[in-house]
Amino acid sequence: MDAPQTPVMGGEMIAVRQLTKRFGSAGAPVLALSDIDFSVNEGELVVVVGPSGCGKSTLLRILAGLMPSSEGQAFLGGTPIAGPRRDIGVVFQSPVLFPWRSVLKNALLPADVQRLDREKLRDRAMALLKLVGLEGFEHRYPWELSGGMQQRVALVRALIHDPALLLMDEPFGALDAMTREQMNQELQRIWMERRKTVLFITHSIGEAVYLADRVLVMTPRPGRIADILKIDLPRPRGLDVMNTPAFGAYVKRIRTGLNASGGIE
Amino acid sequence: MNTIRNFMLRLLFIAVLLALWEAAVKLLEVPAFLLPTPSAIGVALYRGTISGLYQENIGITLTETALGFVFGSAGGLLLGTGIALSRRFDYFMSPIIVMFQAMPKVALAPLIIVWFGLGMTSKVVNAALVCFFPLMINTIVGLRSADEDRISLMRSLAASPWQIFVMLRIPNALPYIFAGLEIAMIFALIGAIVGEFVGAQAGLGMLIQSMNFTMDVAGQFSILLILSVVGLLLNMSVTLVRKRLLFWDPASRQAGIKPDKL
Repeated sequence: MDAPQTPVMGGEMIAVRQLTKRFGSAGAPVLALSDIDFSVNEGELVVVVGPSGCGKSTLLRILAGLMPSSEGQAFLGGTPIAGPRRDIGVVFQSPVLFPWRSVLKNALLPADVQRLDREKLRDRAMALLKLVGLEGFEHRYPWELSGGMQQRVALVRALIHDPALLLMDEPFGALDAMTREQMNQELQRIWMERRKTVLFITHSIGEAVYLADRVLVMTPRPGRIADILKIDLPRPRGLDVMNTPAFGAYVKRIRTGLNASGGIE
Repeated sequence: MNTIRNFMLRLLFIAVLLALWEAAVKLLEVPAFLLPTPSAIGVALYRGTISGLYQENIGITLTETALGFVFGSAGGLLLGTGIALSRRFDYFMSPIIVMFQAMPKVALAPLIIVWFGLGMTSKVVNAALVCFFPLMINTIVGLRSADEDRISLMRSLAASPWQIFVMLRIPNALPYIFAGLEIAMIFALIGAIVGEFVGAQAGLGMLIQSMNFTMDVAGQFSILLILSVVGLLLNMSVTLVRKRLLFWDPASRQAGIKPDKL
């Protein structure tokens, strides 16, 4: 796939319309998400940032088709999301690898589940593993890898069936700060190369600004979108972009937004 | 710890213990029908082996144990799977199972002899009954213990319940099932021996019983020795398969028998 230097936005990939999610009994419902409304364009990298408990993981689970919404609708490529779909790849907070499968077989799990052409995808898996720097580890087992390497395998697994959309739920949250920055750089590189539509969830403001084309700021109880801002920083962004005044201004604006809504105590 | 020197010290330690035992029995003039000397046990073992008596009865007890193990484990595996898969099945079966589980299964041995006769069948049934429960319980726990995140992952890939069962729940349950098999192996041997105690025409348990009547205590000791070796080998055979198959399981990368209540 060709990798254009400037993002070429296609049509609307995700459309979320007046989405509301309630948990618990009908008598004493807990409002987790209230009136969420946004879109993600094709090829765009959108980051949802918010404190824990703002319902951002719930939002992702609804988009992944793992959970129904209470009201409103979420659309993917124009069709409503009614259940799990084959054109979505999900990366969870923990790598969720199967210890009885080798790295390569873990990466090929979607191919086994969806009965895709294994031979063809095997080559693709090898190429993707190389892309994330795991060449030579194909026949190792998860327990032989570090946390960062395991999460890379999870990323390859999410990309293997060439999904239209990549959903990432705080994928680097469990990693140490330095590995995390490295993973962010790699994610940017892979995204620029593959041009997937990505919805990335995090509670780190810095990570959000570093990665995003656009940042959705969420506030808790109930989860609402407080702010949407476009990040105009040239790509590829090096780690030193974090020291620029522009970066600082974005971080400040998001933090102010969260503080105003009582999001950060 | 596991050096050649330490190994030799270990052998020496055992040899000293045996020598002390031998000396104590002779010096204190303990009657042979109470406690035989190690050398008398050795002689009994030798005599029983050259006459072919022991081999024949080992073969019979081992066959009973193996058949009981296979039938009991297969039954436990099937019923455990049914219970883990179906809430309804679980609901109707659990009272019966809880009742059976609380009862010491070996207490059924006299009845089983009445129902299935003095031959091998009754011992196989007895062994199967004893090793059925550990396997059933471990199968249920293993199949139900699949990690929520892993289930979410499978669901997010649009996996069918059958695929989740085959690709996630079964491999996930294997360490539990193998822990159950290790227990079941030893339990099957216990079941077979108890069955032979109650009434049999052959087998190591029957030999112990008849030696008890003739006060051949050295003979009984020699059979106890054989039984502990047989038990050890049976357990090792399951452990060996487990370590090969479950190389990915952290517990399988360490040695050790999982203790369980008898």
